[in-house]
Amino acid sequence: MTLSLSLSHRFDGFALDLALEAGPGITALFGRSGAGKSTVINAVGGLLQPDRGRVVIDGEVLMDTEGGIYVPPHKRRLGTVFQDARLFPHLTVAQNLMFGARYAPRGSTGPAQKDVVALLGLETLLARAPATLSGGQKQRVALGRALLSHPRMLLMDEPLASLDGPRKQEILPFLERLRDGPLGLPILYVSHAVDEIARLADTLVLIQNGQVQAQGPLFDVMSDPAAVPLLGVREAGAVIEADVLEHGNDGITTLRISAGELELPGVHADAGARVRLRVLAQDVILSLTRPEGLSSVNVLPVTVEAVHPGDGPGAAIALRAGRDRLLSRVTARAVAELGLVPGMTCYAILKATTVAPGSIGR
Amino acid sequence: MTVDAAAWDALRLSLWVACWATLLAIPLALWVAWLLARREFWGKALLNAAVHLPLVLPPVVTGYLLLMAFGRNAPLGRALDAIGLQLAFHWSGAVLAAIIMGFPLMVRAMRLAIEAVDPRLEDAAATLGAPRAAVFVRVTLPLILPGVLAGTVMGFAKAMGEFGATITFVANIPGQTQTLPSAIWAALQIPGGEGQAVAMVLMSSVIAVSAVLLSEVLARRVAKRIAGA
Repeated sequence: MTLSLSLSHRFDGFALDLALEAGPGITALFGRSGAGKSTVINAVGGLLQPDRGRVVIDGEVLMDTEGGIYVPPHKRRLGTVFQDARLFPHLTVAQNLMFGARYAPRGSTGPAQKDVVALLGLETLLARAPATLSGGQKQRVALGRALLSHPRMLLMDEPLASLDGPRKQEILPFLERLRDGPLGLPILYVSHAVDEIARLADTLVLIQNGQVQAQGPLFDVMSDPAAVPLLGVREAGAVIEADVLEHGNDGITTLRISAGELELPGVHADAGARVRLRVLAQDVILSLTRPEGLSSVNVLPVTVEAVHPGDGPGAAIALRAGRDRLLSRVTARAVAELGLVPGMTCYAILKATTVAPGSIGR
Repeated sequence: MTVDAAAWDALRLSLWVACWATLLAIPLALWVAWLLARREFWGKALLNAAVHLPLVLPPVVTGYLLLMAFGRNAPLGRALDAIGLQLAFHWSGAVLAAIIMGFPLMVRAMRLAIEAVDPRLEDAAATLGAPRAAVFVRVTLPLILPGVLAGTVMGFAKAMGEFGATITFVANIPGQTQTLPSAIWAALQIPGGEGQAVAMVLMSSVIAVSAVLLSEVLARRVAKRIAGA
């Protein structure tokens, strides 16, 4: 499955002009509010006609302003989950789900209603009216409704943005199941929350001022020092994969990454599972010598790959740790004092408490 | 006090005319309301004005204009006459007059209801694969049902009470075109006719009040279902 799209659209004082590709898995579109993300989703779904553009999915042209092609939304088969759920208020949960199934094309393949109900844990909600559901429950129903329409791709426009922390945690595992499960449905996922993207995305597209600033595999883009200002200096940081080795009695879990072992608290995955770790750039400290007598035990030998000075007094350092890449944010003064240059080896100290495996799992 | 057969005839005719007028007007009023609420097109202001015209014109003027258009010697009237449909001085003309006089009230109520429906719900239905007509029937219509009911009752009540345009267009022929209001007016012209007039006034009051009460009950039931309580 491949979606390729190019579009340019002008609003009052704002121009969107971009091209991107989305393959299998979850492709995340990240940008600050007003970056044009929702416009992209609406153009793909057919709810917005851009000034110029072209949307092609698996060779089928859904929209081409040059060629005068515009397939209406109901013929595109792109299930959409909106930030505000948009459940039909006059129908029960079961009837909302059936609405999706009713218009699934004859002969299309996709999950059955009972599978979706089980996957999303909707058994006890079926007779309820949307007005009586919590935000998280509404989003689960909206997701189920979209799945039952048997789309060839799922479009998700900030599906978790209106939910608080615990409600988010309620939905994220379902999205992971969707990504890793037998459905294997490609998803175009719009968000301005880095933690969601770090946890879910396979491919990341960074959008700013209506243009694509970077796109590529998640692990590459997240560890690219050039992406730091786009993600925000407090949010930037590499994502790496780790295998859970064992859980200690003291609540500390040992994990293996390509460069060594890490000891972290609060890891909930079972031993043997593979998890994603998000290592914030501002929580990686560099040392020229192997530090002794530190309270943190998570020290990795690393090689400096690039030094990327920022606009302010900070600099982003790209590091290689085994087969993984890390990002560290230090001051420009530290770069000069340590003499950090590409190719030199040093040690990275990861502050254990700020690595967030609880919110990241695979 | 006994009620004349003529009064019962007038009641029957009025109910007959009002039912036809309401049934015929509902789909057209819904369509016009939807156009005004959801579409942008050239001449929208003009259409809106035309719909509301009967509300501001003296009813007798509307009746006269109908006579000009659909009278025996008018082009439209002649064309309809050729296919065996006579409107002027016929109960079907009373239906037309009732439709036109009640139309602005129906459109107004339905338009407000449509404007209150979040168009993003309709977008969501489209992304699920529902064609436009299905979106209207399954999403928009259930949500605007209270407004449609309210508009229908207004239209029905207006049709029951319409007098000026009707008497101008179809006259006041007992048993043929004499509706309840026309019959009340006729009774009041005859010395000693007050008794019959009072009986018919009671009839129209009972019908009007029941219609409003019924619509209230129905609308409340629908609203309750939509709110999911």
